[in-house]
Amino acid sequence: MKYWRVPLDSDEILVEKGIIHIIENRCKGCGYCIEYCPQHVLVFSDTFNAKGYHLPTVNTDDCLNCHYCEFLCPEFAIFSIAAEP
Amino acid sequence: MPSVNKTFQADKHPLEDLLRVDRLPHIWCPGCGIGSVFSACLRSIKNSGIDYNNFAMVSGIGCSGRGAGYINIDSFHTTHGRAIPFATGIKLANPDINVIVFSGDGDLCAIGGNHLIHAARRNMDITVICVNNLIYGMTGGQVAATTPHMYRSSTTAAGNPESPFNLPLLAYAAGATYIARWTMLHSRDVSDAVSEAIGRKGFSFIEVLSPCPINFGRRNKEKSLDTLRMYHEKSIIKNNATPAELDIEYGKSIVLGKFIDIQKPTYSENYSRVHNPNDE
Amino acid sequence: MKPAVCTGVHFINGDEACAEGAIAAGCKFFGGYPITPATEVAEQMSLRLPEVGGTFIQMEDEIAAMTSILGGAWAGCKTMTATSGPGFSLMMETVGLAVVTETPCVIVNVQRGGPSTGLPTQGAQSDMMQAKWGSHGDYEIIALAPSSPQEMFDFTIIAFNLSETYRTPVFIMSDEIIGHMSEKVIIPHKKKIKIINRKKPAKVKQGFKPFKPGANGVAPMPAIGEGYKVHITGLTHDEKGYPVMTVEAQEEMMARLLGKIRNNLDDIILTEDYLLNDAKIIIITYGVSARTSYTAVDEARSRGIKAGLLRLITVWPFPEELIRNLAKKAKGFITVEINMGQISREVERCAGGLAPCYLAGHAGGAIITPDKVLALMQEKF
Repeated sequence: MKYWRVPLDSDEILVEKGIIHIIENRCKGCGYCIEYCPQHVLVFSDTFNAKGYHLPTVNTDDCLNCHYCEFLCPEFAIFSIAAEP
Repeated sequence: MPSVNKTFQADKHPLEDLLRVDRLPHIWCPGCGIGSVFSACLRSIKNSGIDYNNFAMVSGIGCSGRGAGYINIDSFHTTHGRAIPFATGIKLANPDINVIVFSGDGDLCAIGGNHLIHAARRNMDITVICVNNLIYGMTGGQVAATTPHMYRSSTTAAGNPESPFNLPLLAYAAGATYIARWTMLHSRDVSDAVSEAIGRKGFSFIEVLSPCPINFGRRNKEKSLDTLRMYHEKSIIKNNATPAELDIEYGKSIVLGKFIDIQKPTYSENYSRVHNPNDE
Repeated sequence: MKPAVCTGVHFINGDEACAEGAIAAGCKFFGGYPITPATEVAEQMSLRLPEVGGTFIQMEDEIAAMTSILGGAWAGCKTMTATSGPGFSLMMETVGLAVVTETPCVIVNVQRGGPSTGLPTQGAQSDMMQAKWGSHGDYEIIALAPSSPQEMFDFTIIAFNLSETYRTPVFIMSDEIIGHMSEKVIIPHKKKIKIINRKKPAKVKQGFKPFKPGANGVAPMPAIGEGYKVHITGLTHDEKGYPVMTVEAQEEMMARLLGKIRNNLDDIILTEDYLLNDAKIIIITYGVSARTSYTAVDEARSRGIKAGLLRLITVWPFPEELIRNLAKKAKGFITVEINMGQISREVERCAGGLAPCYLAGHAGGAIITPDKVLALMQEKF
């Protein structure tokens, strides 16, 4: 994780990791999850779903399980769950 | 290669139990923000811990009016503008039900504007979520009572000559006891506002700005991400702001926040106080 | 709490009797809006509902009043509203919603002269076709026409019973004269009043279909909060209640909506006949006009004219079969109604050219006198 100033207690804080799930057939390719992921985890993939929408895909393992993609997605097509520590 | 690049087709979205999954994908266009607002609303219902059977959702007509069709609780898709009186009937006939009105700006504030102000005046104990996309989306992008001055629509191709409603001011003047405005980008705030509204008694009005890239954005040179960027860059969070200062104007910043949160007896409380004075 | 049924002999006007009928039938929610000459219904309901644990609200307009009673009905209550011509017009869109969502409710129209603001304080029967066709699209509706304050009480109970049985809005097509007329009204003992409540669905909630018809063509109806998780829409929908935008779904839904009325006509249609057996000249009438028509028949008989009368208690659905059969033996029909020709056209349609049909009508504002009916009888036959 990148910090502009490393918190003093950064060693003690347990940073959660997330696993992103994408329900491909619901996605309409708006790209909001890609644009607004604070960790820039998502990118447009090379694949399209059955309706021809351009899907996002997970590009790095930096997901912190903040759920913002899940909250912003208008399609109920993406969500994250906590990874096993 | 990243180790967590997993995409599952069959996994369940956390809100799956509140969705009529057999009706997805919904009708909202790519880039439309109604789904995000709807998602925030569903999250609040889920987080409330209240039995889903004690909720009812009522919508009117229009894009946002389709909301009631996707939530897996008792849900009502009524006539244009009439979601609030329908909700009023439900609430008065069964005060135990948490009634949420989910509809759009045209439905709630133009054709249904009279019902909005009167429900606010009565402090009817319902939660109104007004998705404001500044346009009539379902019919193809006609000017709305919320379209800012000089913006283009299919019926104001040269620019809107009218002035729009300042919805929080309207709700305030009518007597709403909880008023907030957010954008769909502020999804946690929307969710928090809906949670607060569910948890309190009285008329709650939550305006949520949301992009309509197809019918508003296309005519006003705003791609959906441009609208979201504008929400991000041009919005100022100012809780308790004076409602009169909340106009949405071209090129100016948009004030967001929780503006009003006061306690007043609801219609039902006053009604029983008047008719059964010995009950207390 | 006070009793819902005020058993006894009363001297009250038609509007008040209507409200008492509603309370006796178990109405627990009334959404209203003041309008002459229906205001007294709302006034009486505002007094009586809190006494029986119900709720009255005066909404901001008739559209809201009508819509609120649909919400109340889905919350599990018997609900009613009352209005007159201009308000009736405003309610029409929502009446369509009530029809298509199969929501039981009772709408009282205390008719006054129209069009537009018309004659607010004077009676008419000129909204009869609006009751049938006022909302857009095809539909069947039930409408009753009371002729006295006593019938305002009795028919309001029948209206609720029909509404609950068939999951449909029911109109009470009264008028200013009946509404504002005070007469003796006998309210029977509670046990003597037949009350029908909507059929509730089976306990199985998984996959419940709120529009899947039962044996009589009517689907059982759950209430909000019972856990059936219904979706109710004004869009064309399937039995599950989900919108389906296809020709087939439209046909199926319409067949259901029309069928539940058309296949139960024997149960729904109520009429009353007077000296009809040997009658050659048949008066068709309803509501306040029936009162003067009885006198006209008596007078005609005393002059040796074989006149008889058929009074429509249920005006909609129209008793087509009955009129068709009468047409075979009748010398002619005279329809007596305070309008310029509404139900008379239905009579003419059903007579199918077998018997001549005439209208003893009036533009509105006054009753049709027996003399006028007699004069027409003598002129035409």
